Amino acid sequence: MTPAPVISAETLSLTFETNDGPVHALKDVDLTIDKGDFVSFIGPSGCGKTTFLRVVADLEQPTGGTVSVNGMTPQQAREARAYGYVFQAAGLFPWRSIGRNIALPLEIMGYDKAEIPDRVRRVLELVDLAGFEKKFPWQLSGGMQQRASIARALSFDADILLMDEPFGALDEIVRDHLNEQLLDLWARTEKTICFVTHSIPEAVYLSTKIVVMSPRPGRVTDVIESTLPKERPLDIRESPEFLEIAHRVREGLRAGHSYD
Amino acid sequence: MRFILPILTVIGLIIVLWYAGAVALNAKWTLDQASRAGTTVTFTELVADTMSQGRPRLPAPHQVGAELWNTTIQPCLEGRRAGTLECVTNRRSLFHHAWITLSVTLAGFGIGTLLGTLLAVGIVYNRAMDASVMPWVIASQTIPILAIAPMIIVVMNAVGLQGFIPKAIIATYLSFFPVVVGMVKGLRSPEVMQLDQMRTWNASASQTFWRLRLPASVPYLFTSLKVAVAAALVGTIVGEMPTGAVAGLGARLLAGSYYGQMVQIWSALLMAAGLAGLLIFVVGAVDKAVSKRMGYRA
Ligand SMILES: Nc1ncnc2c1ncn2[C@@H]1O[C@H](COP(=O)(O)OP(=O)(O)OP(=O)(O)O)[C@@H](O)[C@H]1O
Ligand SMILES: [Mg+2]
Repeated sequence: MTPAPVISAETLSLTFETNDGPVHALKDVDLTIDKGDFVSFIGPSGCGKTTFLRVVADLEQPTGGTVSVNGMTPQQAREARAYGYVFQAAGLFPWRSIGRNIALPLEIMGYDKAEIPDRVRRVLELVDLAGFEKKFPWQLSGGMQQRASIARALSFDADILLMDEPFGALDEIVRDHLNEQLLDLWARTEKTICFVTHSIPEAVYLSTKIVVMSPRPGRVTDVIESTLPKERPLDIRESPEFLEIAHRVREGLRAGHSYD
Repeated sequence: MRFILPILTVIGLIIVLWYAGAVALNAKWTLDQASRAGTTVTFTELVADTMSQGRPRLPAPHQVGAELWNTTIQPCLEGRRAGTLECVTNRRSLFHHAWITLSVTLAGFGIGTLLGTLLAVGIVYNRAMDASVMPWVIASQTIPILAIAPMIIVVMNAVGLQGFIPKAIIATYLSFFPVVVGMVKGLRSPEVMQLDQMRTWNASASQTFWRLRLPASVPYLFTSLKVAVAAALVGTIVGEMPTGAVAGLGARLLAGSYYGQMVQIWSALLMAAGLAGLLIFVVGAVDKAVSKRMGYRA
């Protein structure tokens, strides 16, 4: 018997009613994500990647179909604090030091006061920010702020991590480094990760499953299961296998584009 | 230090203009006196006289300075009240009146801040209040305080309240407004993303208020407080006028104008200005300290 999927969507649709008429952000999306999957969402701007993540996170209500998270409705999952969400922008609170920003979800979730400093220190080390606990957000570079926001999403024990273009604003070198760290973290914690990106190499390098989407209406056009091993040094990106998967993703994106 | 020179320059300029004004405005009286006595005055005599009249139209700066000195510090240094606490608590001391005005101002400012904040919370959290309260808040400020103040005094008097409380109500009436406006804006200042974040952590409404909306509103609050504290002082002084001019800087202003005592008016005015400066300085200092603690760049 296969274990129940962590996230499953069936004919999931979401239409925004706007002044210029309805916008079909998602249309009949079927998708299953299993425990421990690292799923990348890739597709042109406006194809509904963010919307899908937001529906899973119960920040947006679907207008059709169903979605379940850990076998629950998104609302129940949110109330059970089943996931950590990393937004496109870091969104740290400017009046809180980095350490206190990371402690914020822990305070809200009622973690034991004595336990909080330990957790904060641990996740700061995880994202290479040890020693920046007392600094305020404006004293950090954009990339460091983004890492702090990832640390914040990791500070509590949610086994799902939803990440919306977390590395979009970072330079290539930092990005490579964070990609490695993220894989490392994923391997150690066995979290299920949903990761939105615009970069084909990033998607192929990180994922066990790549979801290719196309816009107007937002649909899933291809789901590619990666054949790469779990252990992935950076130079795997030059292997023929890697290039082949990347090629398939590119083809999928092109097919979606020719749609309109 | 960079600020000292410009400030001194402006003060110097004001004093020069003030002296010129005193000469111009008081000359008529001197000339009238001279013609009535059938004498003539030289220009130097004229200037000297305009600056030392008993009841000048515009008292010269040094006359106001002397009056201020004589009604504040001087009684504590010499005379029968020297060295006793009474030198500042008696009815002739301007400190006594300034303290009365200050205490009412602080009470009105405190209540106004509290009331303004509560109203703002109601407006932000309750749609019915948002639609119904805000127009009234704005309308309340379109009625001149000079019309409202005597009514408040009379109505309060009818229910047996005199002195402190009616004046504090008038101060509150002026000072709650900037707080409402600023706090509504401040409590609504968190971005959608920050609110979404709280939602992903399943934060309760009160957690969102205390940990997000309230801290986000602090810079807006202090901007409002600086306006509110000055407004409370104005309200207090206005409130002191129709109460029979018993005590407070407003009463001194009114009494001065009854008896044509321009020197008294000007010294009360300068005292009020000093008080306003002090209050705004204190609010500013608290603002700085809080901002620093909250990590905002200076
Ligand atoms: N709150 C909203 N109201 C109306 N339309 C919306 C709303 N949010 C998103 N949309 C629309 O839904 C579509 C999908 O948006 P979404 O943000 O999911 O795209 P995306 O794939 O994340 O794009 P990007 O790569 O640019 O971030 C877009 O056409 C967008 O205009
Ligand atoms: Mg997006």
